Amino acid sequence: MNFDVIPRVVVKLTLPFMLLFALYVQFHGEVGPGGGFQAGVIAAGMIILYGLVFGIEQAKQIVSQRLVERLVPLGVLIYVGTGLVAMLLGGNYLDYSYLAHDGPHGQEYGIMAIELGVLVTVSSSMVAIFYAFVDRAR
Amino acid sequence: METLISSVLLTLLAVVTVAIARQRNLFGVVALTGIYSFLMASVLIVLDAVDVAMTEASVGAGVSTVFFLAALQLTRSREQRPAHSVALPLLVSVGVGAVLVWGTIDLPPFGIADAPIHQHVAPVYLENSVKETMVANVVASVLASYRGFDTLGETAVVFTAAMGVMLLLRGRRRTRGRAEGNSDKGEAP
Amino acid sequence: MQTIETLASHYNYIITIFLMIAGLYIVIARGNMIKKLIGLSLFQTSVYLLYISPGKIIGGTPPILDPAFKVYSNPLPHVLILTAIVVGIATVALGLAIVVRIHEAYGTIEEDEIFEVEGEE
Repeated sequence: MNFDVIPRVVVKLTLPFMLLFALYVQFHGEVGPGGGFQAGVIAAGMIILYGLVFGIEQAKQIVSQRLVERLVPLGVLIYVGTGLVAMLLGGNYLDYSYLAHDGPHGQEYGIMAIELGVLVTVSSSMVAIFYAFVDRAR
Repeated sequence: METLISSVLLTLLAVVTVAIARQRNLFGVVALTGIYSFLMASVLIVLDAVDVAMTEASVGAGVSTVFFLAALQLTRSREQRPAHSVALPLLVSVGVGAVLVWGTIDLPPFGIADAPIHQHVAPVYLENSVKETMVANVVASVLASYRGFDTLGETAVVFTAAMGVMLLLRGRRRTRGRAEGNSDKGEAP
Repeated sequence: MQTIETLASHYNYIITIFLMIAGLYIVIARGNMIKKLIGLSLFQTSVYLLYISPGKIIGGTPPILDPAFKVYSNPLPHVLILTAIVVGIATVALGLAIVVRIHEAYGTIEEDEIFEVEGEE
């Protein structure tokens, strides 16, 4: 009898809820606990759990090595780019007030943009480190 | 009541730490580190640090355990007995601890509201966060807007760590196993 | 009596310092490199406690603004420690990668055995 059945079934049921929870933490980081780092780690945990239970090849079919290598710098680029856009629109670097018609709305757009950058970088970095460790063992 | 709960949790933390120091099977040590992270997250919730507790639980008990287990799979998993006596490190550690305890005696008692730490910058952030940034979670607004440069540095550090691990571990393996370890040193650049 | 009162009100700090010296002891007294990294992360978590304990106000609430509450705990240490936790995991991941490479080069991760091998040359 294959004893992998219980982890496989339970993990398949749990993974969509992990992704949903990661997105919930990301978008509700402004009105409750949360933010980019926590959401990034939970999203990475979803891919890592899938890789642990089903094998690294199956995990690489969902999130390939090339995708991870491109996502890691993309988050830092989004963050730096937000600051540059604010500078091009007339303010100082990372001065979000210039991103919209008035100060507080610009701050809100700026905060949402950099939290997105942080989410992308943190989640893809954790997945990249996991892939690097597992590939060394093969 | 909060003081009682946090005291009990902190005592449990100290017990788990002693177990981590004495245990020599590294798989057991990694499992104890996961328990330690969860206890630390509970202590942080009692201390009203909810963002930090979520980060500590997910990072410390989540991905950190996975990384340690992956590294243990690639190396040995049993620690050897120390070859020299542990009297001197123990003495140094206890000495450093005594000096630190003596240094923290003058700190304000735990939990009073008019300590100097609450006087200067924090009330400004608490008052102006919703007016200036429309964000109710003060930790998120300070992290992303008032102290945005620090967060830029932190994101760059995570990026650097991922790049570093990929550069270290994704080349070709020079040797497979311990028997050929000596022959590898001759070819090192 | 005075010292007992002081010790009771400073119990948080005493446990924090105990965790700190336990982490320090593991780093300097144990020879296994993965155990040293675990001791380093213990040391780092004790520093988080040392920063966040003074920020707590008894009777306060987490610093998420709401019209129903007046007293909030100090948000500034939370921000600094959030950064510190993420930097800590980055350090540990890089350290583990270096330990894996050391194991491939020397066949062992015990400090004493590596010093013996290096001392022969």
